Amino acid sequence: MDKPATPNSFRTGPDEQGMFGIFGGRFVAETLMPLILDLERHWNEVKNDPDFRAELTDLSTHYAGRPSKLYFAEGLTRHLREVSSAKGRGGGAKVYFKREDLNHTGSHKINNCLGQILLAKRMGKKRIIAETGAGQHGVASATVAARFGYPCVVYMGATDVARQSPNVFRMKLLGAEVRPVTAGHGTLKDAMNEALRDWVTNVEDTYYLIGTAAGPHPYPELVRDFQSVIGTEARAQILEREGRLPDTIIACVGGGSNAIGLFHPFLDDRQVRIIGIEAGGRGLDGIEHCASMNAGAPGVLHGNRTYLLQNADGQIMDGHSISAGLDYPGVGPEHSWLRDSGRVEYVPILDDEALEAFKLTTRVEGIIPALESAHAIAHAVKIVPDMDKDQIVIVNLSGRGDKDVHTVADMLGMEI
Amino acid sequence: MTTRIDRRMAKLKNEGRPALVTYFMSGDPDYDTALSIMKALPKAGADIIEMGMPFSDPMADGPAIQAAGLRALKGGQTLVKTLKMASEFRSADQETPIVLMGYYNPIYIYGVDRFLSDALASGIDGLIVVDLPPEMDEELCIPALKAGINFIRLATPTTDDKRLPKVLQNTSGFVYYVSMTGITGSALADTGKVAAAVKRIKGHTDLPVCVGFGVKTAEQARVIGANADGVVVGTAIVNAVANVLGPKGDKTADPAEAVATLVSDLSQGVRAARLAAAE
Repeated sequence: MDKPATPNSFRTGPDEQGMFGIFGGRFVAETLMPLILDLERHWNEVKNDPDFRAELTDLSTHYAGRPSKLYFAEGLTRHLREVSSAKGRGGGAKVYFKREDLNHTGSHKINNCLGQILLAKRMGKKRIIAETGAGQHGVASATVAARFGYPCVVYMGATDVARQSPNVFRMKLLGAEVRPVTAGHGTLKDAMNEALRDWVTNVEDTYYLIGTAAGPHPYPELVRDFQSVIGTEARAQILEREGRLPDTIIACVGGGSNAIGLFHPFLDDRQVRIIGIEAGGRGLDGIEHCASMNAGAPGVLHGNRTYLLQNADGQIMDGHSISAGLDYPGVGPEHSWLRDSGRVEYVPILDDEALEAFKLTTRVEGIIPALESAHAIAHAVKIVPDMDKDQIVIVNLSGRGDKDVHTVADMLGMEI
Repeated sequence: MTTRIDRRMAKLKNEGRPALVTYFMSGDPDYDTALSIMKALPKAGADIIEMGMPFSDPMADGPAIQAAGLRALKGGQTLVKTLKMASEFRSADQETPIVLMGYYNPIYIYGVDRFLSDALASGIDGLIVVDLPPEMDEELCIPALKAGINFIRLATPTTDDKRLPKVLQNTSGFVYYVSMTGITGSALADTGKVAAAVKRIKGHTDLPVCVGFGVKTAEQARVIGANADGVVVGTAIVNAVANVLGPKGDKTADPAEAVATLVSDLSQGVRAARLAAAE
């Protein structure tokens, strides 16, 4: 594929058709088209409405706990400087964590859910549906549904229900109905299919609260805008703290909402290197990974064109990742465009590398990161020792890892 | 340019009865069986054949068609084989229109230009691609029309009068009215509402209007057919195949025969439709 010409700005997408270059779009059944157009109308109304912004900011501050802190990870920095010295390099950049794990519900997902529930309220919807992988988005959806008094149904792959049981219990406590999906491998892709089937059936009253920056236009745009608070804050915080922009920013990419949220405000700061981390699973040679941008091809699924794991017949493959939140064979369309335009690098991290980073962060920082976020940290562990001491890296700590302790215990052969 | 679909619809209009449009899943449960089902359809009274192209993630389909697609994929079906099957059918039947129905990704990966030329060569007359609304017409609809293949659009209860012209704009062959919001295989909607919807669509187009989603029996086909130009049956046919498959995929009876029995029955329904309406 030809590389698109470098645009003047990387922050202007999508176009009116919802396209980021060849990616994105509105590939949905006719039944859903009027709903998506209605959503787009309402979104265009509220996105620059000061009252809407004020209500969202108030909730973000007092309910979700924003702004999240930008934390100098001194323990990890010291550790990686020792690694650098041992290599005879004598370097090691300063590592900062953007602490989305400290938000209410324990991840960045609440940013998007608060925005969308206010949108659903404006639209007069009566019922919320959501899909979830790791359960973080399911919990955040159930949380805002409880707060605003909506019935909520969360579709979750049966495999994920088993490996994320603490989050399933949280959703039920919050009053949501969790519907396990047994189709396919029982992961996020299958949950999204089932949520779309629900939506196409219950068009009158239902708001589909998509959890990542993917799906038909305008979802990739609106989820990105709700998550961009991460990057906007981080940019201001690092300027305040260090007096300059970071050299490198890193985030994990499943559907890619925490990543696009961190990246978007930095896209036109060309001196900042931006790296998205895909789930490399058990390696890219076989099919046990979710590295759609490194090992997939552009295709059409779940309402948008984007990089997908698929076979030569265009059938979508079930991926694999230790982390349920990254276990998705596609990615948000804006990431696909940023990949092809060359602005963002996307690299894979393997299951065992993420697990090592999970253990390391727990030990040297006293922070248990989500396995998803551990992928981003693992890449910092790889590159920071080869950077200089006066350089700065920001890693998005997108969520807390309490939900993952059972998975990790299994991997380590420990009993809880 | 008239197509096989146009000719067939005109002929049935002269006969004064609605078309029976039958959907089957190509490759379910395997290539040879599916081809024998396809060949049995016109003999049993089907007027137009919809050939399902299996897809791993059929977002608008209910459990029956999802399962049929998975059986087909497990049996090794691909888009290449689906076109080959159409071509084998066409060598013995020059008249029955074939409409491919499915999702966009396998076509996109096959390559739109290559797909259209191979589809034409295989005797394909029309396409129904669920996840290509009019907003995405540049992708496949316009190239298909240029190639001489009908692009049949779905209209739904959510397609209001304001939107209908956009939906109908590049549609040809017939309009497929989905009788309810929801996935394939759900319960049939209120027939009075369906009749009103067909009338509403006909106010915007001269194309025939076929109605589907939820039609399972001859009686339902008769009632729906009284007010529509065609009746589409899918899930019931796919279920007729599933019902003669054992737990390990072994056949307990001939799937083609099971489908033929059902389709003959349904065809009595559409043949009685206008008689009943005239009563």
